[in-house]
Amino acid sequence: MQTNPLTNPLTKNIGPHNSATDIGHYRDNGGYRGWRKALDMAPKDIVKLVQDGGLRGRGGAGFNTGLKWSFVPSGEDSPAVKYLVCNADEMEPGTFKDRLLMERDPHLLLEGMAIAAYAIEARTAYIFIRGEYHLAAARLQQAIAEATEQGLLGSNIQGGDYSLEIHLHRSAGNYICGEETALLNALEGRRAVPRAKPPFPQVSGLWGKPTVVNNVETFCNIPHLIDMGAEWYRSLGRGEDAGSKLFGVSGKVKNPGTWELPMGTPVREIIEQHAGGMQDGLQLKGFLPGGGSTDFLGPEHLDVPMDYDAIGKAGSRMGTGTIIVLDDHTCPVGLVLNLSQFFARESCGWCTPCRDGLPWVVKILQRIESGEGRLEDLELLREQAGRMGPGNTFCALAPGAAEPLQSALKLFEQDFVDHIEKGCCPFA
Amino acid sequence: MSSIFEPEIIEVMEHSKSGQGKPTASLSTTEKEEIDREFSHYEDKGSVGLEALRIVQKHRGWVSDESLHAVSAYLDIPVAQLESVATYFQLIFRQPVGKEVIFLCKSASCWIMGCNRLQEKIQNKLQIKPGETTEDGIFTLLETPCLGDCDKAPVMMVGEEMHRNLTEADIDEILDNKANINRAEGCRHNHAEGSRHADKSAD
Repeated sequence: MQTNPLTNPLTKNIGPHNSATDIGHYRDNGGYRGWRKALDMAPKDIVKLVQDGGLRGRGGAGFNTGLKWSFVPSGEDSPAVKYLVCNADEMEPGTFKDRLLMERDPHLLLEGMAIAAYAIEARTAYIFIRGEYHLAAARLQQAIAEATEQGLLGSNIQGGDYSLEIHLHRSAGNYICGEETALLNALEGRRAVPRAKPPFPQVSGLWGKPTVVNNVETFCNIPHLIDMGAEWYRSLGRGEDAGSKLFGVSGKVKNPGTWELPMGTPVREIIEQHAGGMQDGLQLKGFLPGGGSTDFLGPEHLDVPMDYDAIGKAGSRMGTGTIIVLDDHTCPVGLVLNLSQFFARESCGWCTPCRDGLPWVVKILQRIESGEGRLEDLELLREQAGRMGPGNTFCALAPGAAEPLQSALKLFEQDFVDHIEKGCCPFA
Repeated sequence: MSSIFEPEIIEVMEHSKSGQGKPTASLSTTEKEEIDREFSHYEDKGSVGLEALRIVQKHRGWVSDESLHAVSAYLDIPVAQLESVATYFQLIFRQPVGKEVIFLCKSASCWIMGCNRLQEKIQNKLQIKPGETTEDGIFTLLETPCLGDCDKAPVMMVGEEMHRNLTEADIDEILDNKANINRAEGCRHNHAEGSRHADKSAD
């Protein structure tokens, strides 16, 4: 991995060995400089700076982070208690970026959270981490202790008035907890079903208090944005969007992995240069640009830049920016079945199109995959995907599940038809 | 005032509310101390529920009805609320599990890279299906959603240990190794029990 701090602020401390950057090394390398700078600024100026920097949420939705913070009531009349929450419940199929950041450079996350908490005037913050991420949890706990000992977290930080406690809250394996209102219910000790919006968490979130929830990678962008300024941050991007981003590739490529690259890096460059291209004898048939809940794109989209709007125009979503590559020897019906099984299993059961629609989709896909499908099934699947689309459910799980399904039916229609006409899976 | 519920149902509800419906296996001092440490982090003690279940599970291997009632009574969280949390999360076990829980990643990237072959291998080797435990009580096999290590697919987690870039040969090595360690520990444990008994008889 390249370690140039000017182009790779997210990964500059991440070396080849699987060890975490300790606080000494982190500070020697410019760490906590952004935090000390922030403490001399007015909270509203930090919000403005982050907004001007053009940082968009790295969890998948791509909303302007500073704008999200600006919805939190501020000033003397605002509620005394506010909360900041880090969404570290990484569980999107094919996504493996937050694990890297937390395991290898935990202080970067803490510094980003500290600045964000100060900006929204929160004095308690939680890291809601996946139960399966044992190493990341241990390293974060250690980092919190180190930062507290050096007066960078805890009471009267750096001798000033501001105090901040960051607590680690370990979850126990549930995809829907990545949805921010479901996460808040889980944090309150309830069953993690999503809440109706509005009210949005920025106004009424954790225990009814104003709350901001951001993704791990989003927070990791904050320290250098504050340290180096909005203009510099915007210049990191190659296209429309600002900053750098962790991109990943999994599937049958020669060199799967994660790389920090400018926003707007074309898909082809990521797959062919960084991931080394397809394994010998295989062709790229399609790809999911940002995890399991994004629409498939085809080889004709390889030159699209990985920018939120550009990927959107191509018919999919940037999502988490971790690409799953589908090769021409892997069955697309089988892959969509695998994804649908995942979504069916992780549905919280609150909304009918999701709870009942997804198992139905699984049943139809199983029928097709095992060679017992009917041509009418394709229309049935399209109808189902429509019913699971946006606006019919509380949260984005079902619409997300519909994305790979509806796009596979378009892009790989012939493969579905072949299964039905041949009465078997042609890839088996 | 008349109630829409039958008297028997009211009785059941009362019991479940007070936690008296089941024999309560009270929490150990260690368990209580570990749970108490979490309180100060939250505005409401309900948030401690999941961590409390995890603590109890760490000490007891799983969360029985009795354990659930004990946690409910200790935290004063309704049994129904705690149970709705316990059954929601895949890492809380409401049934006994083996000493080594195998979490086989079944997500998209691992599927592309051949996790189904690994699953067959594990099932044939251990003669269990997902959700089952081997007769010797050593292994439980669970399918899990994405473990977030997709560039090293296929992967699995055994206990808290990640195993990456797996082949069928790796499965043999990892599982044989775990089985041997557990059998050796079992022997040592039995031996220790035996020598304690011997000491007693010497007294």
